[in-house]
Amino acid sequence: MPRQVLEDTLTADSIAADTALAASGDPSAFERLYRTHVARVHTLVRRMLDADEADDVTQDVFIRAWQKLSTFRGESAFGTWLHRLAVNVVLARRKSVGVERGRFITDEDPLDGVTSKPVTPELSMDFEEALASLPEGARQVFVLHDVEGYRHEEIARMLGVVPGTSKSQLHHARMALRRHLER
Amino acid sequence: MNDQWTNRLSEYIDGELDSTERAGLEAHLATCGHCYATLGELQQVVARAKALTNAEPETDLWPDIKARLNPSRRPGVAPRRFSFTVPQLLAASIALVLLSGGGVWLAVQQRQTITPTPVTVRPDPRPRVDQAGNWTRSTDAAIAELQAALDQNEKRLDTATVRIVRKNLAVIDRAIAEARMALRGDPGNAYLNLHLANTMRRKVELLRRVNDMAAARS
Repeated sequence: MPRQVLEDTLTADSIAADTALAASGDPSAFERLYRTHVARVHTLVRRMLDADEADDVTQDVFIRAWQKLSTFRGESAFGTWLHRLAVNVVLARRKSVGVERGRFITDEDPLDGVTSKPVTPELSMDFEEALASLPEGARQVFVLHDVEGYRHEEIARMLGVVPGTSKSQLHHARMALRRHLER
Repeated sequence: MNDQWTNRLSEYIDGELDSTERAGLEAHLATCGHCYATLGELQQVVARAKALTNAEPETDLWPDIKARLNPSRRPGVAPRRFSFTVPQLLAASIALVLLSGGGVWLAVQQRQTITPTPVTVRPDPRPRVDQAGNWTRSTDAAIAELQAALDQNEKRLDTATVRIVRKNLAVIDRAIAEARMALRGDPGNAYLNLHLANTMRRKVELLRRVNDMAAARS
């Protein structure tokens, strides 16, 4: 067995064992899970919401995970389960702060603020900054599809829109971001 | 510049156009330098998105999270929304015993005939403690043999691998100990029984894999 395969397997075993320990109420095991997964969760939250919300929402994700561990049946990897939970927390946050569905759908030209600026060396942003400057709807679709790998049908269900809207938002986001590729 | 095809470029990249649309767009790309260039840029955006990396938060969030973990809502004592049927548990137990036997066979490479313990399905809706005791004892014995084989084979592995294996065995052992402790308070708990079975199975699989690897290096 190649060593990398063994180490990956051992890591998966370790996470599975820590998940079981955490489910039985062991905070130390849950801390190890936190250390393993916090970067991915925090980055997802930061990209989906505003950066100044990322810490609070990331904490909420892990609190929710602790509370819901008894419902984790091990049918998927813990990381996959946690990631989906994080997406749900982010989307619930989006609703709670009053981002209305109508705005998401009817925002026909959401990228003017990004695309109309002439790109000069002084004004050029790195890719993450450009992503953060996208309107929320386009940004969330882009992150879910191109970064996280969800399909349009899944995104549409999560966001409460039709797949065509998800495709349209994705294309607008890509068209805006192409101006901010590192040259 | 924008034309009817520009807004279809993302769908083209994602393979979401039907064959007719795809052929039409490709014919257009052959004659439209603007769309061709835009397509290249969009493909770069997609590639850039896939290459993005994750970053830790600037401050350690764990102390605040830990302070908010409510012991009264411990996941282990929360109301469980799921359950396993007795046949499911028995199937898991039988699979565990067979897997353990297979692991031992692979590790010590001895020709042995494994006689599975007959299991009688009773109408009792709760898993019986003595059944759980049977398979845990069988698995304990299998683990002991695999562990003994590993003790002998360990010198064939490099130090880093041995360290990782020991670390992970310790984690699994802690999980087994926790599950057994919880079962002492609730021996008929279906979830805990299956959880213990799964955790012991992981240990058997780990020991078997490591023994296989050591044997391959002999």
